[in-house]
Amino acid sequence: MHPAPSLILFTTFSGLGFGLLAVLGLGLNPATGLRAFILYGLGYGLAGGGLIASTFHLGHPERAWRALSQWRTSWLSREGVLSLATLACMAPHAASAVFLGQHLPVLGVIGGILSVLTVLATAMIYAQLKTVPRWHHWTTPAVFLSASFAGGMMLGGHLAIAGEALILLGLALIAHWYFGDRRLAETGHRPETATGLGRIGKVRLFERPHTGQNYLTREMVHVIGRKHAAKLRLFALAGASALPAIILLALPASYLLVALALVAHLTGMLTARWLFFAEAEHVVGLYYGRPA
Amino acid sequence: MTSLPPPPKRKLGLVIDLDTCVGCHACVASCKEWNTQGYGAPLADLDAYGADPSGTFLNRIHSFEVTPPDAPPQIVHFPKSCLHCDDAPCVTVCPTGASYKRAEDGIVLVNESTCIGCGLCAWACPYGARELDGVEKVMKKCTLCVDRIYNETIPEEDRTPACVRTCPAGARHFGDLADPDSAVSQLVEDRGGFDLMPEMGTKPVNKYLPPRPKDQIDVLAPFLDPVTQDAKGFLGWLDRALDRL
Repeated sequence: MHPAPSLILFTTFSGLGFGLLAVLGLGLNPATGLRAFILYGLGYGLAGGGLIASTFHLGHPERAWRALSQWRTSWLSREGVLSLATLACMAPHAASAVFLGQHLPVLGVIGGILSVLTVLATAMIYAQLKTVPRWHHWTTPAVFLSASFAGGMMLGGHLAIAGEALILLGLALIAHWYFGDRRLAETGHRPETATGLGRIGKVRLFERPHTGQNYLTREMVHVIGRKHAAKLRLFALAGASALPAIILLALPASYLLVALALVAHLTGMLTARWLFFAEAEHVVGLYYGRPA
Repeated sequence: MTSLPPPPKRKLGLVIDLDTCVGCHACVASCKEWNTQGYGAPLADLDAYGADPSGTFLNRIHSFEVTPPDAPPQIVHFPKSCLHCDDAPCVTVCPTGASYKRAEDGIVLVNESTCIGCGLCAWACPYGARELDGVEKVMKKCTLCVDRIYNETIPEEDRTPACVRTCPAGARHFGDLADPDSAVSQLVEDRGGFDLMPEMGTKPVNKYLPPRPKDQIDVLAPFLDPVTQDAKGFLGWLDRALDRL
């Protein structure tokens, strides 16, 4: 797929933000006052900023509010509803922690659970698509949730748990790539099934329907960066998981080192997310002469 | 509402004959012509006279080379547009309810005034039947010419999708595929009509008729044997003379 920067930024930063809000909501960081102001501000900034970035890829951002209506069937709609519900639920909790020095545990726990569900909904937007076998797998929510968990714990100050969560994230990434590379072959979608002409013989595209590009070839049959995929995967794995995990688990805690771990984690996650989109093979490619 | 309706009593759709399609693209042109001037937003062309032209189309013709194990390759022209699936994944993923399936005849449509242009429905479609318009930024797809088939202001013979009306080879058929006695259902039954990517579970309404088996040259082969090998008379002499040279 064409890796849209708005979607990469949105999924990465809002995942991190909702991870932090989950940690705060579930009462894992007892911050109050200025400390709480910074933490909640960061959570809201990341989650809200990501949500705003997500509207940049819409054809009609001014109609985005309509996306809240179809939560019964649509994961994209569910994500919208859950994210706004999280932000609304956490607001009184945050205000109370900052200005009154008091936590509101019931609201916090509800907000924390909603945060986790928001991240799950984001992942399910991609994981639900049968048309992209690489995404249609349990490793997609595993990567989204473990990234959010690790990032949230890191920002929330639980460095040891964050270090272990980062290892979990690394395993999830490896599993996502391992299974992802085999998914298309496993699902058995081939030009023969796509055209139904397999009953006659071997099928090969002879001529495309048009000489130029179209929306589908630009968005879904797009091949980019697969040449450097192996190197980028190593870079993503080292940055998102290995390096920050070593810093958090093996080195003495200091603000500088934690900041370094965070920068490495974010750089690695942005690379991993870029790969997530760039490596997606949509089955419509079978009609356009690509292995998909 | 993006929930799918209960199974419609009528299922309007197309039956496309891969045996007779000659790949002329007349249906592509007539589809674009009709659908850019009537229902909904026009179908944009971008950079139409420039170096990188592209545009929105609701119907496209691919051409495939099919090679049987024991015969030479053959070309199959392959028209593709929305299949108006019974279990349409493009409808249920829509976050706004803009994408919907009609309960009365099963046609899948987009409400262009509530579409936010997120593109998720196009991603959910395995067939590449939906394209986001480059100018209007809303999702475009085959409407089965819903503004022709029920249109009482045009002559009765025109009340069929533009692609069907225009096909010079008679390779496209329109009708009710829920009615087992309809002409299209009969065609599907007689010719062994099939679904595209049935493993996706989309249950398409549109069906494709397979190319008929090619004539086997072996039937005529005995009559095509070279005539007698040992020529006599003048030809025999010529044969021997040429051999000796």
